[in-house]
Amino acid sequence: MPAVRFQQVEKTYTGARGTFRALAGVSFDIARGEFFGLLGPNGAGKTTLISVLAGLTRATAGHVTVMGHDVQADAAAARMSLGIVPQELVFDPFFSVRDALRIQSGYFGVTKNDAWIDELLHELGLSDKANANMRQLSGGMKRRVLVAQALVHRPPVIVLDEPTAGVDVELRQTLWAFIARLNREGHTVLLTTHYLEEAEALCHRIGMLRKGELVALDRTANLLSASASTMLRFKTDQALPAALAAQARTTGRIVQLKAKDAADVERLLAVLREAGVRVEDLEIGRADLEDVFVEIMNGGRPSAAPAQPQAVAA
Amino acid sequence: MIRLAGAQTLFRKEILRFWNVGFQTVAAPVLTAVMYLLIFGHVLEDKVQVFDGVGYTSFLIPGLVMMSVLQNSFANSSSSLVQSKVTGNLVFLLVSPLSHWAWFVGYVGASVVRGLVVGLGVFLVTVWFAPPAFAQPLWILVFAALGAGMLGALGLIAGLWADKFDQMAAFQNFIIMPMTFLSGVFYSVHSLPPFWLEASHLNPFFYMIDGFRRGFFGTSDVSPWISLAVVGSAFVVVSGIALRLLKTGYKIRP
Repeated sequence: MPAVRFQQVEKTYTGARGTFRALAGVSFDIARGEFFGLLGPNGAGKTTLISVLAGLTRATAGHVTVMGHDVQADAAAARMSLGIVPQELVFDPFFSVRDALRIQSGYFGVTKNDAWIDELLHELGLSDKANANMRQLSGGMKRRVLVAQALVHRPPVIVLDEPTAGVDVELRQTLWAFIARLNREGHTVLLTTHYLEEAEALCHRIGMLRKGELVALDRTANLLSASASTMLRFKTDQALPAALAAQARTTGRIVQLKAKDAADVERLLAVLREAGVRVEDLEIGRADLEDVFVEIMNGGRPSAAPAQPQAVAA
Repeated sequence: MIRLAGAQTLFRKEILRFWNVGFQTVAAPVLTAVMYLLIFGHVLEDKVQVFDGVGYTSFLIPGLVMMSVLQNSFANSSSSLVQSKVTGNLVFLLVSPLSHWAWFVGYVGASVVRGLVVGLGVFLVTVWFAPPAFAQPLWILVFAALGAGMLGALGLIAGLWADKFDQMAAFQNFIIMPMTFLSGVFYSVHSLPPFWLEASHLNPFFYMIDGFRRGFFGTSDVSPWISLAVVGSAFVVVSGIALRLLKTGYKIRP
């Protein structure tokens, strides 16, 4: 039995301006103990899928189970198994950090939980804020409390919906160290993020959503090696020749060009030299997840996902 | 066990919520009721006929107590829910395994407590203006608890329905306020013209206040048993609707 199973999940919103199909039949499994990354551009349906999983919204069609419990038919058991860190920075202004955690723990029926609450506060660097009112906390601190609230009932499945959006480096490192520990201890983790280097570093397996459809699903290593291309990265202040500009990914001064192999690298460099483009900090490296992501989102690669939705690695 | 602990936690959280801001949630409504008593009591004492042998001020006190109970029970569940929806922290409850019964018990239970605490406060402050009588005290408790429960459940419905604070205010100003004021808080309905007398009999709030007063004076406009039947049925109907909305996730689980 997988930790999470999505089966043909559809979600259609009907509004005054017609209907919008947020999820168009998404199916995949997340194995127990897996660290799974769900990626996709804004509006791809990531948060909708997580909302269906958490019971915050109802799927128009399809089924979702958590640890074997259907999120609709057996909602209480499914929610007991889930810890959700919501994307929005929400808090209850009437309470202190410790009160908020005790209350959340009580909702899950865990009434004597102070030892675990203290550990959570310590691990997330919140110990000295335990008695502070939620209103007095900075955004990063509120984010930590959200993580603690999600973990207060020790759920086997942890869902983090863009937990590091707008968060400083220190918290990111604290957070990932802690989540990685929980994952090693057997917790299943589902992560959505915009930071692809995080997904590449942390996730065993990755699914990518585009316009409500799963367009990629594979082990992170396979996704990277399937995109066997080499990346040529450099900085320049000059315009690229037209032939290269079309295929280049440019971020400010940084230019990235895809090359099939070493000979192709030679060719690209020759074109640059002929055009008289001065380059700095030239590096040649393997494609990273961002390259794969861009390739898939542009529809450059046929998807392996729909053909084998049940394939579970890890 | 989980359900019990969960409902208990929500109940306690809701009580803490209003107690933490007790100055506005308890002290303010008590002061308002005292103002009503001073002004209406002073102006109308010798001009309005109510029950035989009962002075206007003593007649007014139970009315004001019950009005405060009803308004504050409604305010507690409704404002807590709307606030949680607007600020987004309702998600903490939505991801929890609490059943619709637990939500109902937690929100309505705390609303009843707030209503009764404010009602008791109003009573303790106003009682000095006219000596109390407790002719049939059991009715006092029964109607205060049932009325508070019904308004707590009504507040839950309003809180689920309203997306914004101004919708909440509309519910309060156009439904709750008229129904309380036209229920006989300030007068005996028998002093009304026939049409309004009949109209009052369609208002469940009238039965709550009439039955509540019965407990103090041993006399009322209608039999307390009829009032009990009406208020009891209203409570069951309103609670049924509230539970149904919670179960289907009306507006909170789209």
